[in-house]
Amino acid sequence: MSTARIMRLRGLVRKEAWQILRDPSSIAIAFVMPVILLLIFGYGVSLDAKRVPLALVCENPNHDTASFTAGFFQSPYFVPVRFGTVQEAEKAMRAREVDGIVWLRSDFSRQMLSEGDAPIGLLVNGVDANNARIIEGYLQQVWAVWLAKFEAAQGLPLRIPVQVDARVWFNPSVTSTDFLVPGLIAVIMTLTGALLTAMVVAREWERGTMEALLVTPASIHEIILSKLLPYFVLGMGGMGLSVAMAVWLFGVPLRGSLWLLLASSSAFLLCALGMGLLISVVSKNQFVAGQIAIIVTFLPAFILSGFVFDIRSMPAAIQLITHIVAARYFVTILQTLFLAGNVWRVILPNILALVIMAGIFLGLARRASHKSLE
Amino acid sequence: MLHQVFALVIKELLAVLKDVKSRMVLIGPPVIQLVVFGYAATYDLNHVPFAVYNEDRSQPSRDLVARFAEAPAFEQVAVIHSDVDVAPLIDERKALMVLHIDRRFSRDLLRGVPGHVQLIVDGRNSNTALLVMGYANTIVTDFNTWWAARQGGNKPPATLDIRSRFNENLESQWFIVPGIVALLTQVVTLLVTALSVAREREAGTFDQLLVTPMRPIDILLGKSIPGLLIGSVEATFIITAGVLWFGVPLRGGLVPLYLGLFLFLLSVIGIGLMISSLSVTQQQALLGTFLFMVPSIILSGFATPIANMPPLIQDITYLNPMRYFLIIVRGVFLEGTSTSSLMPQYWPMMLIGIATLAMAGWLFRRRLY
Repeated sequence: MSTARIMRLRGLVRKEAWQILRDPSSIAIAFVMPVILLLIFGYGVSLDAKRVPLALVCENPNHDTASFTAGFFQSPYFVPVRFGTVQEAEKAMRAREVDGIVWLRSDFSRQMLSEGDAPIGLLVNGVDANNARIIEGYLQQVWAVWLAKFEAAQGLPLRIPVQVDARVWFNPSVTSTDFLVPGLIAVIMTLTGALLTAMVVAREWERGTMEALLVTPASIHEIILSKLLPYFVLGMGGMGLSVAMAVWLFGVPLRGSLWLLLASSSAFLLCALGMGLLISVVSKNQFVAGQIAIIVTFLPAFILSGFVFDIRSMPAAIQLITHIVAARYFVTILQTLFLAGNVWRVILPNILALVIMAGIFLGLARRASHKSLE
Repeated sequence: MLHQVFALVIKELLAVLKDVKSRMVLIGPPVIQLVVFGYAATYDLNHVPFAVYNEDRSQPSRDLVARFAEAPAFEQVAVIHSDVDVAPLIDERKALMVLHIDRRFSRDLLRGVPGHVQLIVDGRNSNTALLVMGYANTIVTDFNTWWAARQGGNKPPATLDIRSRFNENLESQWFIVPGIVALLTQVVTLLVTALSVAREREAGTFDQLLVTPMRPIDILLGKSIPGLLIGSVEATFIITAGVLWFGVPLRGGLVPLYLGLFLFLLSVIGIGLMISSLSVTQQQALLGTFLFMVPSIILSGFATPIANMPPLIQDITYLNPMRYFLIIVRGVFLEGTSTSSLMPQYWPMMLIGIATLAMAGWLFRRRLY
């Protein structure tokens, strides 16, 4: 009995493998898509504001204003442009030519020397709120450096009572690539896994070849397994390529163990394939399967997984919803494995969640396919 | 001629809206996604879990800790007493930041030497780490001002007076919700158009359509108008919800907004129909849709600024209609930008729309299998 099962399974797997090899689109989805997407996004997605165009308005240029503005010319974060009046600078900001304005009024140095507290006007374009906040942080740094220099030059005691010394663990230079690339792998694998199975099985339902398979002695388990296995191998291939690119092309450190990465990727891929299978079994038609796949895979993986938007910043109700997004667990695992290492108490619960989700998706897909036999 | 186009439009709309599943796909998810994403997509920090490691335990250090604990951005989750406790808290993501106050802190402070405060921040999410440091710096700066005033010291020679334009409180939602108008409108419009020709090709009904007296331009119109209608309804719904539900100010006029929407829909429909008529099977059409949609969203400036991208990728974004429409929606919503100053955004979308629609119409007849 069991040898017959293995033979049947082997036959089915061989059939699926041939089908994949003859249809280049599956191979394109598994290998070409991850590489292209990772290439574009790895370079394209960045939260590091560099060379921010900044308008400098000195109404009365002199030694004091020059000492302050010099900081902007030395900073790698800013590209300062001089403007004569604030009106001109604001016009440039509206035209998106500059992201911020530094305004030193005509009485700047007089006020600075007589009573202190001379206001330095800073105007930031707040449309992109996150970017604006990052720019404000850079501006504060320039100001703090200038203050320290100024006081040292005057031979005054430093008037900064408390100094902050910040250390960022796992990513000391705070480069967003190290944080975004592991998350991107999760987003890309969600697409790959679900796309691989979603369309294929739906097509078989549409053409009636699925019914033909169902009347063979092969059990529903064997049919599902034979569909999963070849795509699993393909998907793991794509995953391997993505990890290799992350490490060697983007220079993201991989501090955790490769085995743990392999284990968690398998769990995640089963989840993604199971989701695709469920979509195709439920919709039974490619048009709807395609639409559902677009809606439930990419956008949730992009927005609700913690890939860019930190889940801890979301309202409690939304945080609850993120638990049904498989990518969420995988993003956490990948960010930790890549940057922090084998932190078992983070990785184990997340792998467990992935295994449970994979079980649910596959179980539902199995049940749904059984019903249609009747 | 006109009533033929009209009949085709009706047929297309029925094809999409008649099927219960397909109708659900168009109406349900966008509404849910608007609400979920509108709240989820935020860069604002609230209740950042942090731990206190205070070796000093004097009044000034407690004052400083209290400022952190009371700030809405932070939430104290643990108090630790030794160096070895730091690593597990950060590694296991229980705390995002550890505030470490040196044992000489108050002594230094009272002597007039800078007191040292160390922040240990989890850098796995670099953006959160940057923001946490920014918030922490603000709290310490406030503390410094208060301390200096109390000690009767001199005022610093110059202070920063930071203001932001257009989004005064720097709320993420004001940036994201207008972005969602572009995001969901593009997704829904693509869904309606991108599979439409491929599906008929696979079923063989497209050949029948081609042998009717309808010209390719009529077929093109018939296939485009449903997307235009559904996309406009979708966008209007999101714009209304953005203003009424999320409270994002709509400072500009409806004319620049809807002119942008029309041109955006035109270009998205053109791209969708082009993908659809290039593909032989629905699977290929779906793959093509994904291969266009995913990069177009990630490289649009929706979540990460285009200015941060390397020059080559910035050049690629000029081909992306969503890039222009995002500038239009955010401009009209927050800056109240007028039609004339949005011209540089309008014409590229128009060019993309005309080129792709023409291409799709040409492909209708050329690609016959």
